[in-house]
Amino acid sequence: MKIGELAEILEAKILADHHDHDFEIPMGGAADLMSDVLAFGSEGMVLMTGLTNPQVVRTAEMAGISVIVFVRAKIPPPETLKLANDIGITLVTTGYTMYEACGRLYAAGLKGLGPVKIENGTW
Amino acid sequence: MRPALKVSALSRSKTALGDMAEDHEITKVQELIYTTRVESVMAPDVIVISPSATMAEARALMREKHISGMPVVEGDRMVGIVSMSDVMESLEKGSLGRPVFEMMTRDVKTAFSDSYVAEVIGRLGPRGFGRIPVIDREGRLVGILTTGTLIQSLLREMDIRYKKKEEEKLQSYRASHIYDDIVSDDTSLVLRYIVDDKDFSNAGKASSGIKKSLQRLRVLPSIVRRVAVAVYEAEMNLVIHTDVGGEITVDIRRDRLLISAVDHGPGIENISEVLKPGYSTAPQWIRDMGFGAGMGLANIKRCSDSMRILSELGGGTRLDIIFLFRDHPVGGGPVGGKRA
Ligand SMILES: Nc1ncnc2c1ncn2[C@@H]1O[C@H](COP(=O)(O)OP(=O)(O)O)[C@@H](O)[C@H]1O
Ligand SMILES: [Mg+2]
Repeated sequence: MKIGELAEILEAKILADHHDHDFEIPMGGAADLMSDVLAFGSEGMVLMTGLTNPQVVRTAEMAGISVIVFVRAKIPPPETLKLANDIGITLVTTGYTMYEACGRLYAAGLKGLGPVKIENGTW
Repeated sequence: MRPALKVSALSRSKTALGDMAEDHEITKVQELIYTTRVESVMAPDVIVISPSATMAEARALMREKHISGMPVVEGDRMVGIVSMSDVMESLEKGSLGRPVFEMMTRDVKTAFSDSYVAEVIGRLGPRGFGRIPVIDREGRLVGILTTGTLIQSLLREMDIRYKKKEEEKLQSYRASHIYDDIVSDDTSLVLRYIVDDKDFSNAGKASSGIKKSLQRLRVLPSIVRRVAVAVYEAEMNLVIHTDVGGEITVDIRRDRLLISAVDHGPGIENISEVLKPGYSTAPQWIRDMGFGAGMGLANIKRCSDSMRILSELGGGTRLDIIFLFRDHPVGGGPVGGKRA
């Protein structure tokens, strides 16, 4: 799914714009636990989250995530925006809840990771 | 903050440009106009005139400043715009002595300073307006956009981006050849980072620096990812669980990477307990930030080729993490030196 389509499906506002809107997002994920993001995040994916602190952007940087969607119309504080602009991570905000944001994207064909095993997941 | 509207406008005009978009340079300009805001390409110092000035004064000011039009401003409100063609009209009618407000255009199209250039570019030029006054969301005049200022700033921006990219290439080239250039039996590069405690919003700086350095050394991306995740968990542990912060050192040899996170904090009483996934002593405010799920050490273990913790209650903690480059030694080519 392209970033442009994602923004349209979520009726999202773009807060930090660092990717071509034709940029292809391979899959999606959602979490409010940053350790989960680090464990399951995958290159280029979009992360749906309800957290807006700067460490969300750091976590995305480390996990190779390129787009963060803040759900329930949350607007991140300026430190978060600044970090995203420094690093080059695209931030958008949507009025939908986490459940509905994920559902809409999944229904439109954006896949997830599939079943994951945490015990001895190989990279 | 941009509405989704902008996105559909983008995909439309991209198809409209069709095969032109295949041209790399055109794509770059397109990208730029969709990501650059009006405020960064406008001229911020606007020459304005008062509505009660005469058309003759307007003509003199335009001549003196070499401009072909300007906003008409009363107090901090823009009430119209007056251009060279209005001056010509006054000349013909012999009304150069009349006040500007009688001859100016009242219905002025403006642009918001936080709009993207793509949204306003169509209104400029021979078939549009010669200049578009730029206002902020409170309606104050903050700048003016003309074809000239636009082209100048876009060119400057492209030049900066080009230079940045070239610089990154060069840095990556230089860094990845360091192992070739140093004469030794076995070279190892040591990076050292100081991690402050409780500096939550700055946490992750060390990990970010490590990730970038490994990318410049052209370490395999899949390994960079594993290292980034592990070192970030380790860095967060220094920030969250020590009251003194600590130090992270990264020892890079061509065949392997050794990361050590060392602190003189409280130490760990029972190491086998903290290794259990889900065990955490993180306070509530840390949990509210999305950390402290007790998965950090498990994550580090999963990402790395080996992990070891040494700790003593009251004596600090040392975490050693090893990554093997195996078939992809840093700097490319076979691992040289006598210890290969
Ligand atoms: N550097 C350290 N100093 C003291 N205790 C630590 C340190 N690193 C980890 N710990 C302890 O190990 C526990 C588990 O760590 P971790 O698996 O990273 O989970 P979390 O950080 O989410 O609590 C922590 O809650 C803490 O009690
Ligand atoms: Mg931790």
